[in-house]
Amino acid sequence: MSRVSVPYHMKGTVALQVGDMRNSQGRPGVQVIDVTFPSTKPFELQEIMFKNYYTAFLSIRVRQDTSMHTPAKWVTCLRNYCLMPDPHSEEGAQEYVSLFKHQMLCDMARVLELRLILRQPSPLWLSFTVEELQVYQEGPKSPSMTFPKWLSHPAPCEQPTPLLEGLPDPGRVSSEVQQMWALTEMIRASQTSTRIGRFDVDGCYDLNLLSYT
Amino acid sequence: MLQEESDLSLIIAHIVQKLKSSNLYAQLERQAWGSWEKRILKSLNSMCSELSIPLARKRPVGEQKELLSKWNEMGTDEPDLSLFRPVYAPKDFLEVLINLRNPNYENGDSLSFRTHLGLIQVPLKVKDIPELKEFFVELSLNTGQLGIDDSTQVPPELFENEHVRIGQKVLAEEDSAAAQQYVRQGSPTALRAELWALILNISSQPEDALYYEQLKTNVIQHDLLVDSLIYKDVKLTASNDDYYFVFEDYLYQVLLCFSRDTSVLGHFAYNSASPPKSYIRGKLGLEEYAVFYPPNGVIPFHGFSMYVAPLCFLYHEPFKLYQMFREMYVRFFFRLHSISSHPSGIVSLCLLFETLLQTYLPQLFYHLREIGAQPLRISFKWMVRAFSGYLATDQLLLLWDRILGYNSLEILAVLAAAVFAFRAVNLMEVTSLAAAEAVLADLSTLKVMPLLQIFLFATVT
Repeated sequence: MSRVSVPYHMKGTVALQVGDMRNSQGRPGVQVIDVTFPSTKPFELQEIMFKNYYTAFLSIRVRQDTSMHTPAKWVTCLRNYCLMPDPHSEEGAQEYVSLFKHQMLCDMARVLELRLILRQPSPLWLSFTVEELQVYQEGPKSPSMTFPKWLSHPAPCEQPTPLLEGLPDPGRVSSEVQQMWALTEMIRASQTSTRIGRFDVDGCYDLNLLSYT
Repeated sequence: MLQEESDLSLIIAHIVQKLKSSNLYAQLERQAWGSWEKRILKSLNSMCSELSIPLARKRPVGEQKELLSKWNEMGTDEPDLSLFRPVYAPKDFLEVLINLRNPNYENGDSLSFRTHLGLIQVPLKVKDIPELKEFFVELSLNTGQLGIDDSTQVPPELFENEHVRIGQKVLAEEDSAAAQQYVRQGSPTALRAELWALILNISSQPEDALYYEQLKTNVIQHDLLVDSLIYKDVKLTASNDDYYFVFEDYLYQVLLCFSRDTSVLGHFAYNSASPPKSYIRGKLGLEEYAVFYPPNGVIPFHGFSMYVAPLCFLYHEPFKLYQMFREMYVRFFFRLHSISSHPSGIVSLCLLFETLLQTYLPQLFYHLREIGAQPLRISFKWMVRAFSGYLATDQLLLLWDRILGYNSLEILAVLAAAVFAFRAVNLMEVTSLAAAEAVLADLSTLKVMPLLQIFLFATVT
């Protein structure tokens, strides 16, 4: 299914913390990122892709455009999705993640705004975020193909036309051609795939010193 | 048809390995590995310019003929290798691993709950003993093992005869997956060579023998600086070992050909390292004249030849020995000297060893740390060489059976911890690093399987 990237505007991350931010010792464990789509009308979200950077859990809330004149409400479409199985260790910390429409808890039609809520409960990491965020909507559908009629409705078996004089029997010719084809296939199949593997250039392997790039 | 199937299963096995290998954490690894690689290249380049020896030269015809005639007895050659030094030794590599830091990780200068007490400071996920018990379930106390249940006191009807019979059946069926499962309980000596070849999908076709001959021709035509490093390494390590010195000639035949084998370059697709590059003289910067050096991209370090030596007990034809070594290298051994976050990579093995020791022998760990003998400094060299040269050969082969059976090198870290547990009483009495090394200097009398079983399944935690 084709997909089209949707341009977005990411508002700065807001860290949530209990208590006074200046005086407390610990680092915030929750960050909220707002993603708006100013230049697009409400669209159907197909896929969200991003690169994780030490975020342990992700929740996503979405605000959708409602047809009636009620103010749009925030709905949770992904709840505590685990990105790092062990928040204290490296596993999953820098992975590329793709989230699809069918993984979401609600219908993703007519999306106005997204809110990504990142959680990292472990105090070991200095910072956490998501990078390279990309949002996709469904691309134009490929035009449905109509099969030619003769493919979908094969003609009933016809009587073969009578043989012309002097030509060999088509049945025998076709079976002989088939045998020849089988032989060529066998030969092709038995060809080895091992490469010769030359390491020199035209027989010369006189080198400079090793390069540091 | 069989060749196609085994080719296909080999390709599938490779793809599965690549998919299973966890992400190479770009930031962390590239920086550390990049500076380490640069150091190695600088060392090689400086050796080249100091000794005025070219990195590669074409041999004159006379020399080629001479080498061809001496091919089977290259060990009798006594070239002057005093000026050559190994590019690096395991302890240099350990220093690099100790200094690996994650820039996003809160280390802090003062000791806190965040600082690791061992040498490795990277927070990778390693298994703990309950997870290891599940992973190594076939090593448990109520499953028969070769290495324990085939000792002279145990009547062979209890386990050994049946196990050998099953092994013969597995070989007859040519079932690679069954062989891998079978070998977890150890492999009978008579069947081991074929079983390992079956697990690694090595079938000796005539084209493989031809390929080996081609590599031999390459060795005869070109002389590489790396060859002298290989010579030196074999002379320093395998030739001095009581068990392996008889195989000296085989080692040259395998390792010299190995460094010309460009098919090994394929493993860099799932290895975080990259092969050293150079250009043909006079064509610096032109990509058509860029070549890898050595042709297989692997620079041998001190002790590299010990990866090959144990295989010499199993395979007697050079090209079969070569194939087995090459496959074992690109599947397992390369992880022991490259930085990666893979669970079988050396960083994870070191962390696993330290974590096991800290969790289950905290007094010993604390004591060794206090006297300045961090346990990893002693066990690192065992793990980097996969215990080759430290254990008796029959025990080593039993250990490598399990590496193949579980497709993982984690057993090396578990064995290292088990050895420390076994000698814990003596180690608690030492007062210096040198004394601790002396206690653990000789592992040749150890029996591997009882140690592993006791540590995993019989230690009171």
